[in-house]
Amino acid sequence: MSGRVLVGVKRVIDYAVKIRVKPDNSSVVTDGVKHSMNPFCEIAVEEAVKLKEKKLIKEVVAVSCGPQQAQETIRTALAMGADRGIHVEVSGKDYETLGPLQVSKIMAALAKKEEAQLVILGKQAIDDDCNQTGQMTAALLDWPQGTFASEVAFDGDKIKVVREIDGGLETIMISSPAVITADLRLNTPRYATLPNIMKAKKKKIANVKPADLGVDLTSRLEVLRVDEPPQREAGVKVETVDDLVSKLKDAGRL
Amino acid sequence: MLPASRYSGKAHRCIRALRTVQTEYAAPQLYTTLHRRACSSVATPQITTHYTIHSRDKDPRWEGVEMERFADEADVVIVGGGPAGLSAAIRLKQLANEHEKELRVCLVEKASQIGAHTLSGACLEPSALNELFPDWKERGAPMNTPVTEDVFSILTEKHRIPVPILPGLPMGNHGNYIVRLGNFVRWLGEQAEELGVEIYPGYAAAEVLFHDDGSVKGIATNDVGIGKDGSPKDVFERGMELHAKVTLFGEGCHGHLAKQLYKQFNLRENCEPQTYAIGLKEVWTIDEKKWRPGRVEHSVGWPLNRNTYGGSFLYHLNEGEPLVALGFVVGLDYSNPYLSPFREFQRWKHHPFVAPTLEGGSRIAYGARALNEGGLQSIPKLTFPGGLLIGCSPGFMNVPKIKGTHTAMKSGMLAAEAIFPKVTAESTESETTGLHVPEYSDNLKNSWVWKELHAVRNIRPSFHNYFGLYGGMVYTGVFYWIFRGKEPWTLKHCGLDAHQLKPAKDCTPIEYPKPDGKLSFDLLSSVALSGTNHEGDQPPHLTLRDDSVPVNRNLAIYDGPEQRFCPAGVYEYVPLETGDGMRLQINAQNCVHCKTCDIKDPSQNINWVVPEGGGGPAYNGM
Repeated sequence: MSGRVLVGVKRVIDYAVKIRVKPDNSSVVTDGVKHSMNPFCEIAVEEAVKLKEKKLIKEVVAVSCGPQQAQETIRTALAMGADRGIHVEVSGKDYETLGPLQVSKIMAALAKKEEAQLVILGKQAIDDDCNQTGQMTAALLDWPQGTFASEVAFDGDKIKVVREIDGGLETIMISSPAVITADLRLNTPRYATLPNIMKAKKKKIANVKPADLGVDLTSRLEVLRVDEPPQREAGVKVETVDDLVSKLKDAGRL
Repeated sequence: MLPASRYSGKAHRCIRALRTVQTEYAAPQLYTTLHRRACSSVATPQITTHYTIHSRDKDPRWEGVEMERFADEADVVIVGGGPAGLSAAIRLKQLANEHEKELRVCLVEKASQIGAHTLSGACLEPSALNELFPDWKERGAPMNTPVTEDVFSILTEKHRIPVPILPGLPMGNHGNYIVRLGNFVRWLGEQAEELGVEIYPGYAAAEVLFHDDGSVKGIATNDVGIGKDGSPKDVFERGMELHAKVTLFGEGCHGHLAKQLYKQFNLRENCEPQTYAIGLKEVWTIDEKKWRPGRVEHSVGWPLNRNTYGGSFLYHLNEGEPLVALGFVVGLDYSNPYLSPFREFQRWKHHPFVAPTLEGGSRIAYGARALNEGGLQSIPKLTFPGGLLIGCSPGFMNVPKIKGTHTAMKSGMLAAEAIFPKVTAESTESETTGLHVPEYSDNLKNSWVWKELHAVRNIRPSFHNYFGLYGGMVYTGVFYWIFRGKEPWTLKHCGLDAHQLKPAKDCTPIEYPKPDGKLSFDLLSSVALSGTNHEGDQPPHLTLRDDSVPVNRNLAIYDGPEQRFCPAGVYEYVPLETGDGMRLQINAQNCVHCKTCDIKDPSQNINWVVPEGGGGPAYNGM
C-alpha cells in the first residue's frame, strides 16, 4: 500500500454571501465575490490529516481543478496539513462547464497516476449540490465507495465506514483502495493558522493540464438559463373550511 | 446639559458614579460599579465572555492549556490592508528596490480578502495615486469613471434647492474619479504582492506586543477556537507573533489597537477627541435610461433637521452595467437617541429628487462604516517608540470634501519614506528597541496633507451654532471660499460624540415610514446583503466592561440607542425569560465592523475588539 491519500478540494462562493444572477441570466456573478473552500472539502482534508497523524497513512495530496485562484484553496489545504498539492488547470469556457463527470475523470486519472490508496472527497459542493463526484470517481476506478461518511476506521487492510443514511446510520466494510466522501459530522476541521500558511508557501503545488491526464473535458450538459428563485408570494388566510375548499376549487386544485 | 433638579437624587448619584467609571479603561472598575448598582436589583445575565474582560489567567477552564506562541521576525509589520497600509507597503518596497536593499514587509488584514472590509463613497482624488504609481492607468487601476457632472442640493421634504458649486468650494469634484474603493484596494493589494509584500488576509492583529523598555515589539494575531462561553475548544490555537523594527497601524477609523495605543503612550493629551459620522451605503443596478455615468450628486437637509450634521451622496459609476453607489452620512454628535441613521437613509431614498433614479432598479449591496470628522483638531501624536499611526486611524479626512483616501494614502507613503532609512540602517541609533520615527510626523506637517486639512479645519465645527447647517454653510462660503481658510482662529468641537445624547425623556421619538420593499428596506435583509458572517461559536467581540450598564443606564436613560444606531442589528433589547425586565442581546454574527457602537455608546461601556480573522462583511467593490 502506497499510504498516499488524494483529497479533492473545491473553491466555491462563500456560504454567507448573497448570490446574484448575472443580468444576462447566463450564470451567477463570481468576480470579486468572496470564495472559500467548500465546507465538506474542509472536513475531507481534516480527515486525511487526522489519518496521517495517527500514522495510518503516509502522505496527503490536495487536488483542485480550476483557474489560477484554485491555488489559494490548495494552499489552505496545505496549511491544514496536506503535504503537497496538485493544481489541475481548467479555465475559461472549460471551467464554466466543468462538472462532476469531468472532475471524477480527472480524480480517477490522478488516483491511478499517484497510486493512491484512498481518495477522500466532500460529499457535495455547496454551489451545485450535485453529490456525484465521489460516486462517479469510484465507478470509473471500479473501487468500493463509502459515501456520507460520519466515521472512518481502518481494520487491517479493510476500511470500516459508518454512513449517514435516511434511516439512521449504516456501517459497511469496504476493501482498500476506496473512495470516501465526507459528511458533516465526520470531524471538526482545524483552523489554518498563520504559521502554517507561511510554512505552506514552501510546500510544492504541481501544475497539471487535463490533457496530460488524457481527460476530455467536453460536457454533455448545456446550461440554458440561470434565474433567481421566484419571489415567495404572500399566503392567504381563510376563516372556514368551506372557504378553503372554494379557494382550492377556484385555483383548479380540486 | 440639563438642570440638576431634573434628576432624582438617586439617579443623580448613579449617573455621577457611572460617569467617573466612563473615563477608566481596565477591568478593575467592574467592582466599583457593583457596589453602586442601587438602580436595579435584577441580576444581570452574563453577556460578555471575552478574555479581554474576563482574564484567562485565573480561569480554571484554561489551566494547562498551551499558551506559547510561534513568533516570526520581519523588518516592518503593517496592521490593516486598506489604502494607507497598502500604500505604505508599496512605497517601502519601491524604495527597497530603488536602493537594492532587502526588506521583509508583512501586512495583516482581518478581512478574508483584501477589499472585503473596504467601504467608501467614493470620489477619489488621484493626487496621492499619481505620486505612488504615475503609470496607474497602464497598470490597470480600476479608475474608470471620471467625474462629469457635479450636483449639490439642499433638500426639503418635497422639494430641492439647487446650490451652485462654484469653483473653489470644497465639494467640487473636477479631476476626480468615482471608484469602487474595494476594487481599488484589491488592485493595490495585487500591486503590493507583485512588489513582494507578504499579505496575510484572514488574520487579525489582536494584541500589541511590547519590549521590556515599553516600545512596541510588534503584534500578535487572534487566537482561534475559543467557544462562545470563553472556554477552549478542541481546535483552539494561539495566534502568531509578528515582531518588527517598526509597526505601522492602519486600522481605519477608530481602530481597536489604536485605542489601546492612545492610552499606552498618551497620544491624545494635546488634541481634541475625535468626532465621527456613520456612513451607510448601497449599490444599485438601475434602469439604463436613468443612468448618467460620471454624475455626482450630494445633498444636505431633509430628512435631517438643521442641527444634525449629515447628508447624502449618489454616484453614477461607469463600469459596464448601469450601477449607482449611493449612501447617507449622519454625524455621530446627534443628540436625539431616537434617531436611527439606517432609517434616515432608507427614507431619504423616497425623496422626489432621488426616487426616480432608483425606480425600476434593484439593490445589490449594502454596508456601513464610521468615518472621521475631527480633522486637524483631532489628530493625535502620530509616533511612539516602535510604531506609528497612518490613515483614517489617526484621521486625515477632509470633511467638507468628504474625502480621506488620498490623504490616507499619502500618510502611508510618508510613513514609508520616513522609516525606510531607519529600518535599513546598519546600526540603529534608537534609544528604544522598537524604532521611534518622529520624522514621519514632521514630514506630514510639511506636506500638502497638512495644508489641505488646515484650510478646512473650521468648516465642520462651524456647524455648532444655533442655525446649524445653514450657519455652517454661511461660514464655509465666507471663510473658506473667500478667505481660503486663512482665518487665524481654530474652532473647537463639542467633546466626545458619546456625550452628546440627550436623555430619551427630553426628546421626541421619530416616526419612520415602513420600508416598502422596493426603494426602502428593512434592516435584516440589508445585513444579509453585506455578506457578513462570523464563526458562531466564539465569544462576542462586542465586549461590555460592565454587563449591567446597558439595561440600567442605556435603556433606562436613553431608551437603548444602540438598537437604533447599529447598522447591522447587533443590539436588541429583549424581555427576560422570567417576564419582568429586559436584557441586552448581542447578535455578534451580524456585525459589519463599522465601530459606531464603540464610538456612540453614551456609557462608553462597549469595547469593540477584533473577532476571529476572516469574519465580518464580504463587501465586493464597495
